[in-house]
Amino acid sequence: MNDWLLVASMALVTFTIRYVLLAFSGRIQLSPTLVQALGYVPPVVLTAIVVPAVVLPDGETLLLGWQNARLVGAIACVILALWRKNLLLTIAGGMATFWGWQWLVS
Amino acid sequence: MAIASDFGIRSPRQEVLAGARDIIPLVVGAVPFGIVFGTLAQGSGLSFGATIGMSAFVFAGSSQFIALGLLAAGSTLPLIVLTTVVVNLRHMLYAASLLPYVQGSSGRWKAVIGFFLTDEAFAVAIRRYVQPDPSPHKHWYYLGAAVTMYGNWILCTWLGLTVGQLIPNAAAWGLDFAMVATFVGMIVPYATTRPMVGATLVAGIVAVLANGLPHKLGLMVAAIAGVTTGFWLETRLPPRPKAKG
Repeated sequence: MNDWLLVASMALVTFTIRYVLLAFSGRIQLSPTLVQALGYVPPVVLTAIVVPAVVLPDGETLLLGWQNARLVGAIACVILALWRKNLLLTIAGGMATFWGWQWLVS
Repeated sequence: MAIASDFGIRSPRQEVLAGARDIIPLVVGAVPFGIVFGTLAQGSGLSFGATIGMSAFVFAGSSQFIALGLLAAGSTLPLIVLTTVVVNLRHMLYAASLLPYVQGSSGRWKAVIGFFLTDEAFAVAIRRYVQPDPSPHKHWYYLGAAVTMYGNWILCTWLGLTVGQLIPNAAAWGLDFAMVATFVGMIVPYATTRPMVGATLVAGIVAVLANGLPHKLGLMVAAIAGVTTGFWLETRLPPRPKAKG
């Protein structure tokens, strides 16, 4: 497959998805109900990306035990994020926990 | 202008710098992700130039990773493009959330905002847009955050393509866990109300249950289930004051 054709096609659909509503913003009136519902979009979508990446480490098998370093690392991230509202601390502490645990269980 | 500055409105330059500063933690989280992308790209059959091009023109990390996987598995172009649409559809939801703030903006601003619309830029910029001050320069804040993210993404892709090739088995180090850590750090601050907690819980569970659906459709199913749950809980539960920010 022509890889530049792939890049161009992916770029075109991605930009269209991001831009189309903005382009017609003058003609779109969102109902208050829809605006209220949209407030849930960011955390919900991010959660839907993250949870499978954590509990299905190989993409297929559910792994909910201590041997799953991703799960342990993610739990550490949640605790750190609740404890301090410091994103860098959450990322660094989560990575350290993940790597440490992976080293322990391997 | 004198009147505006009397009310403490920041200049476009100050907004750009503030946006760039505020997105730094998310940029740090994207560094390993970008490097791993660059490292894996050549092994899956994408040329050096097209890998940089993908980061520069598509600029959507999750879909770029999935495209690599499909490419390596010998998938066809229409199927990869279709999967890209599904994985990136969430950006349309972000655009919808931004609509109240771009009405009346120029076409050029709308195109710029659309091109750079990532999870990270949105998460940072929406907090600026919802602030009640009447600054006319909030788009500059978005631009500062988004361009910082963009420059870093291309740089890290390049690092993965060059330096990453020198590290043996770099992909097995679990660097992609940085994305999980970043996203968790972005999600948790939202979870201050019961409807929001309910919405994310349902989204997580449905995402796992629907994981087997083709073309990453499970993501959209989980998103719709989560948003519906949150909205339903909000209309049913008695309102209570928001938890301390």
